[in-house]
Amino acid sequence: MAERILSVDNLKVEIPVPSGMLHAVQGVSFKVDRGETLCIVGESGCGKSLTSLAIMDLLPTKANRTAERLELHGKNVLDIPEDEMADIRGNLMGMIFQEPMTSLNPAYTIGNQLEEALIRHRKVSRDEARDRAVYLLEKVGITAARSRLRQYPHQLSGGLRQRVMIAMTLMCGPGLIIADEPTTALDVTIQAQILLLLAELQKEFDMGLILITHDLGVVARVADRVCVMYAGQVVEQGSAKQVFENPTHPYTQGLLECIPIPGKTARGSHLGSIPGIVPSLVGEMNCCHFSDRCPYATDICRTQTVDLRQGFTADHDFRCVLTSEQCAENLKQKVPA
Amino acid sequence: MLFYALKRFGVAILVAVAVSIVTFSLLRFSGDPAAAMAGESATEEDIEYVRKHYGLDRPLPVQYADWAVKAMQGDFGESIYLKRAVSGILADRAPTTMILGALSLSFALILAIPLGVLAAMFPNTLVDRVALGIAVIGQALPSFFFALIMIIVFGVWLRWLPISGHASWLNFIMPSIALGYYATPAIMRLTRAGMMDVMSSDYIRTARAKGLKPRVVLFKHALRNAIIPVVSLSAVQLGFMLGGSIVIETIFSLNGLGNLAWQSIQRSDFEVMQAIVLTIASFYILLTFLADLLNAFLDPRIRVS
Repeated sequence: MAERILSVDNLKVEIPVPSGMLHAVQGVSFKVDRGETLCIVGESGCGKSLTSLAIMDLLPTKANRTAERLELHGKNVLDIPEDEMADIRGNLMGMIFQEPMTSLNPAYTIGNQLEEALIRHRKVSRDEARDRAVYLLEKVGITAARSRLRQYPHQLSGGLRQRVMIAMTLMCGPGLIIADEPTTALDVTIQAQILLLLAELQKEFDMGLILITHDLGVVARVADRVCVMYAGQVVEQGSAKQVFENPTHPYTQGLLECIPIPGKTARGSHLGSIPGIVPSLVGEMNCCHFSDRCPYATDICRTQTVDLRQGFTADHDFRCVLTSEQCAENLKQKVPA
Repeated sequence: MLFYALKRFGVAILVAVAVSIVTFSLLRFSGDPAAAMAGESATEEDIEYVRKHYGLDRPLPVQYADWAVKAMQGDFGESIYLKRAVSGILADRAPTTMILGALSLSFALILAIPLGVLAAMFPNTLVDRVALGIAVIGQALPSFFFALIMIIVFGVWLRWLPISGHASWLNFIMPSIALGYYATPAIMRLTRAGMMDVMSSDYIRTARAKGLKPRVVLFKHALRNAIIPVVSLSAVQLGFMLGGSIVIETIFSLNGLGNLAWQSIQRSDFEVMQAIVLTIASFYILLTFLADLLNAFLDPRIRVS
């Protein structure tokens, strides 16, 4: 079995807002092994970005984070002093953000920003750091890397900047990389390049990768495991094969109906959509969060909370009052294949 | 960078020329220089003689051209009251005002920037309110009033500081504080707003995600970007200070340009007034130019295209 990089148990993020307490992340648990890609999918506001920021301990100051367990390489990183956490950030785990246009400091050269990441955590000279930066810039597919070091962020395109960001997180050779929608702000043609690059680098450097996205096409291509989030909760998680071939939770089923499949979806036919809107996460909710949008919802769904239960296999969980067989049956009747 | 500097320099020269035209015209239209020069007891013929003698009967553009050509050679004419070359008088007086301006701006920056950074670090806390309070007092107190209070407290009661003249550097302490304090609130608030803005930016999150020490995040990544607008504002504030120096120099009997301007206005000493306005304007234009260069140094988006 591969080395365990990250263990998260019952992670919660709460943010006080004027109208009460916003339960943004409600008990999320998952694990990432070396060489494994975990994709967290879900629509905007489902808590996937906050989950990643919570792991990095980069939440806004007013947000409150709790968990039963948060371990990196088997070592507790929950509620440790900020200076110890700063030693870990950028060193043992790195993060790539959504906005490459604004994620680099406009006042410093690319080289300066790459080098400082390594110099901060390792006893290396500036020359050694520069060599590492050039090596990684070439790795992420940037030509004339050495001369790029003297360039400023505003001289680079969005795609190049995101490549620089990726190189920057790799400077210390972290065991885990969290990429929070790394391609959302990029052109469609660049998106695929960046994702393939991430997948390649992850294999080459044998890292754990958490890829946060709302693009299921992306997930299908790179994920080993998939974690579907809805309204602050994990509603289904399992191997990518399991989730894509036998989507169990009605929300996962609905999401997969929304994407066209080449050769299968007839030209001109309507793609699926999920009616309704995401519920507010302010205050307590004693019901299934998906109940007001679920086509199979009954009274029991609207009056009690639903726990995760085991699905088809031991490493497949979903959150529904129906059994996995009932869910599969529902899907079969909905889509006569 | 060189092209940017040359462009800014060209603009600076144009502004200086425009200022000189405006002052020249305003002073000519605001009264009859010949009558002022001839004195109160002068007859019609005397005034007419002065007008001819000093070439004041020529068309305004000709007079301006004549004055401008001489001014470029450092000849600003002669003071009709002091009977001395204006350039000599200015050379005597300008250093005092320049020292006062530099000290005032330094005081304002040394007080305002740390206060602004502190306020931004702890927004909406007691620290923020105290910092804002110190700044708001500066904005609410007219500088002449603040100057008089300081004179009473530190000059008359405590007898720590001299209240007039420019015999030693001690003479500059109170005038600099009075003049600089007035500029503090604007600089402090801009620093605070800039820091708040920058600290919530994506690249600060990136810096923290790299595990950089809070000190490095604050000074290397945040302050460098937050300070850019403050540089431009400081140049503008220094302009106000040069204007304010007329009042402050008069209160503290500092023999600078401000004091001279006040005296020359009373004496209708046209040549001197004209030269003072042009000197102060040139100084201000020079500082704006330097601020532009400093900004280009701080912000590569200006420097590197």
